[in-house]
Amino acid sequence: MPFIPNTDSDRSRMLAVIGKPSVESLFGDIPEKLRYPELDLPPALSEMEILREIEALAAKNLSSSTCAWFLGAGAYNHFIPSLVPAIASRGEFLSAYTPYQPEVSQGTLQAIFEYQSMAGSLFGVEAMNASHYDGATALAEAVLMAARNAPGRETVVLPAALHPEYKEVIRTYLEPLDVKIREYAGTPAAAAASLDPSAACLVAAYPDFEGRVHDLSGVADAVHAAGALLVVHADPILLGLFKSPGELGADIVTAEGQALGNAMNYGGPFLGMMGAASKYVRKMPGRIAGQASDAEGRRGFVLTLSAREQHIRREKALSNICSNQGLVMLQACIYLATLGKNGLRKVAELCWHKAHYAAAEIAKLPGFSVTKDIFFKEFLVKTPVPAQSIYDKLSRRCVVPGLPLSRYWPDRTHELLVCVTEMNTKEQIDLLAASLKEASK
Amino acid sequence: MKIDAAARYRSSHEWARKEGSLIVTGISDHAQESLGDIVFVEFPEVGKTLKQGETFGVIESVKAASDLYMPMGGKIAAVNEALGGDPSAVNKDCYGAGWLIKFEPTNPSEWDGLLSAGDYEKEAAAH
Amino acid sequence: MNLRPEPLAYELSAPGRCGAALPEPDVPETALPEGLLRDDLPLPEIDELTAVRHFTRLSQKNYSIDTEFYPLGSCTMKYNPKANEAAASLPGWRTTHPLAGAEFSQGALELMYRLQAMLVEIGGFKAASLQPAAGAHGELAGVLMIRKWHRDRGDLKRVKMLIPDSAHGTNPATCSMVGFETVTIPSDADGGVDLAALAAALDDTVAGIMITNPSTLGLFERNIEKIAKLVHDAGGLVYGDGANLNAITGIFRPGDAGIDVMHFNLHKTFSTPHGGGGPGSGMVAAGERLADYLPGPIAVKKDGRFDMAMPKAGIGRLKAFHGNFGVLVRAYTYIRMLGAPGLRRLAETAVLNANYLKAKVEKVYPLKYGRGCMHEFVAMGNFVEGVHTLDIAKRLIDYGFHPPTIYFPLIVPEALMIEPTETETRETLDAFADALLKIAEEARTEPELLHSAPHVTPVGRLDEVAAARCPILCYRG
Repeated sequence: MPFIPNTDSDRSRMLAVIGKPSVESLFGDIPEKLRYPELDLPPALSEMEILREIEALAAKNLSSSTCAWFLGAGAYNHFIPSLVPAIASRGEFLSAYTPYQPEVSQGTLQAIFEYQSMAGSLFGVEAMNASHYDGATALAEAVLMAARNAPGRETVVLPAALHPEYKEVIRTYLEPLDVKIREYAGTPAAAAASLDPSAACLVAAYPDFEGRVHDLSGVADAVHAAGALLVVHADPILLGLFKSPGELGADIVTAEGQALGNAMNYGGPFLGMMGAASKYVRKMPGRIAGQASDAEGRRGFVLTLSAREQHIRREKALSNICSNQGLVMLQACIYLATLGKNGLRKVAELCWHKAHYAAAEIAKLPGFSVTKDIFFKEFLVKTPVPAQSIYDKLSRRCVVPGLPLSRYWPDRTHELLVCVTEMNTKEQIDLLAASLKEASK
Repeated sequence: MKIDAAARYRSSHEWARKEGSLIVTGISDHAQESLGDIVFVEFPEVGKTLKQGETFGVIESVKAASDLYMPMGGKIAAVNEALGGDPSAVNKDCYGAGWLIKFEPTNPSEWDGLLSAGDYEKEAAAH
Repeated sequence: MNLRPEPLAYELSAPGRCGAALPEPDVPETALPEGLLRDDLPLPEIDELTAVRHFTRLSQKNYSIDTEFYPLGSCTMKYNPKANEAAASLPGWRTTHPLAGAEFSQGALELMYRLQAMLVEIGGFKAASLQPAAGAHGELAGVLMIRKWHRDRGDLKRVKMLIPDSAHGTNPATCSMVGFETVTIPSDADGGVDLAALAAALDDTVAGIMITNPSTLGLFERNIEKIAKLVHDAGGLVYGDGANLNAITGIFRPGDAGIDVMHFNLHKTFSTPHGGGGPGSGMVAAGERLADYLPGPIAVKKDGRFDMAMPKAGIGRLKAFHGNFGVLVRAYTYIRMLGAPGLRRLAETAVLNANYLKAKVEKVYPLKYGRGCMHEFVAMGNFVEGVHTLDIAKRLIDYGFHPPTIYFPLIVPEALMIEPTETETRETLDAFADALLKIAEEARTEPELLHSAPHVTPVGRLDEVAAARCPILCYRG
């Protein structure tokens, strides 16, 4: 077997050293009647056979590379420069473990530090961690962190227009604890103005699930005046153009970072980004890298502030998390360094212009109307016929028009959430408009 | 193991000493040595009242973290702010410059229930 | 290994440079919303080649499985076949959207459905969910399931979880996340769970036990059936931490011994790369009692079509979308390449390799528990006055080996936890054993070599105390 190299003759020589008669005799501690079950598994395949099978399966999915793609809603079709996967897939990154031995892990550790630095610039905070599982779990942990920060305040206040799956995840995380969830329907500013003393935090989505970009100026002051923390969950591409949450006074920031150089991959692995104002860093869960030096004064990087974590604090840890999304974070790091100051702004501008062109074209169609709110790359469209039927019809022709909201809210049958990124050409947008018109006849 | 003979102790390795009407508290030499280099101390709010045995903070080294317990009940009068920038005084001088908090005792008779220097020394040595 | 200092990307920056070319807008432009825009975006400005060299040079500062033997105990650092990567990076997966809908994702759903079935079979369970994103996330799932099972029966007083003293820190940390109190159960003289202590701890406030088998001591828990029975008889449930499944695939199925729910670390046993810290996958499988309580959605098959559904008494969602799908593709590929005989050969060889290494070094590196090990063993590094496990670990780096896990489990002083895995040749194991023995010799004759190690790395031992006292967590210009 190519990756189990020791042969039967190696086995015999090794057993002689161990002083055991057979490999089976090494398993004497296992109850005999439970030993060696018959496993009903498909027969083993060679590499060429399995790849053939998997290629056939992979071909049975609708692909953003062959369709005009306008579906976002938490997983985004953005451009990935070729160097990002090319470098991140180097074996030295791919097959290393968590950098517990810093002398032989400086590559991973410096990459984490650079990611923390660049993500911190993007979000306007000093302290980012090395990542969580995804945007939803990062936000759930942020909400828990805010609740821990204010014992006795038992409510967390979420936007009604938060990604429905994120709300489900937050419910799962909070269910065993004495923390209540309240939702607000209007703007974050209005919600902040009416916070009561039970609130531990207000969460603002930037933009919200329906694509609206709310003006967050003044929100932090109102939230702080009520004695609560402001958590901002942001689209990192939007931050190429819009004010950062840190600049707006956010205490804790989170994001889904997949858009930064990672493919959609049927929804995972993704990148949970999390950061906080520096005064909260010791209350923030997750792995963190910091700068250090050796006896000769050479700069290096280590995992730091570990006393927050499960391997030291056990039942008193801030979270049970003990990994980060290493490779996904690395791709985001390479992406941010490669696009940099000018590239990220340009990606954001392209999203803005193309999304607004698409909205204007769709607004011209009979029976369709488009949101009047400020939006960035995603916007809500009211459709004259059920959005799900449009979706099915168009997707079969490889124009994937967006997310029918009935998927999450069965009564919102005539609403479609359309996402336009730098990947969509004018030709594709015009095709979308023409297809929508035709499908609604 | 260094012992401050003038102090009394809790089995969880905090020491307490009278200072006028206040009690000053820190961790013992045995505790600082087993924790290693201290990197951070989390203090309670001044003015907060805590019961005997309640957690008043956390002390962290690179490899360990330990809760800190009130040797007696009391109202926090002061915390050692100087440790914020550099907590190494806890390692260098745990009974002096490395003190942690001062508090007004709620019930001064709790003092009598604390371990004497000699008893604490015996107990700590046994571990 | 690249020994040259590497600047930060920020330090390589020059105004006006960019590493990626982007097109000009092909649509009429729309005015930007002035009042909402940021003034400055302080990211580096570097060209493509500078970026490529920078990150390539960083990669060369890592030890990795692809470059060195990496016997990190409890982490199962086995070789990750390149076919896994080829399979996972097919465009048909990378460009597939999680909300495209079942009709348009039949390939992805079929792969998940098949993988669920294979893992259920390997573990001896009834159903599985691929939702959890990592081992600790799987633990959270399992403990939430146990909690909900009791509560759905109206049994609200079960708030304690029993945890052996050899357990990973994630076990107690997970219990705290769901508001459970943890009770530590000591190990007996043989390294197993102390049955008398377990029996004494069991009452009607116990929700269950979390048990790692083989344990973090690398020992198989011989009383596993008795433990499960004791806990079940007391009304509790049994959680299996699947971290050490690599020792038993095809040899023992935890579900057969009464484990109610277990997480599998796909990034360990099923050979998906660790990626310098992740992503992992901590899928959970459950037996009869807890199958309906799994997190969702899970892949199902109806009338020949694949779809997603929520388990009927499930604990809900643990992350957005469908688990770490890219990791699932790799694990699926790997299991299909091995088949049932390959899985058995895998565990046999992992255990053989560990016992071989143990036999070669145990006369010099003492063991706290002497019985035959499974896929890993825990030695002690305190056999020479003044030399510590840390020194031995750092000296191994000079010999071109990644150190084992050190100072864990906590119940073994100066622990060196060594897990060779099945993917290493006998020659590599011999070379590693020789290095360990040579270092033991050096510890006696030239201890300074150990204290000052490592000598072949871009940096020496770093001052972690100063780093934690005054944390610098980002570039400050």
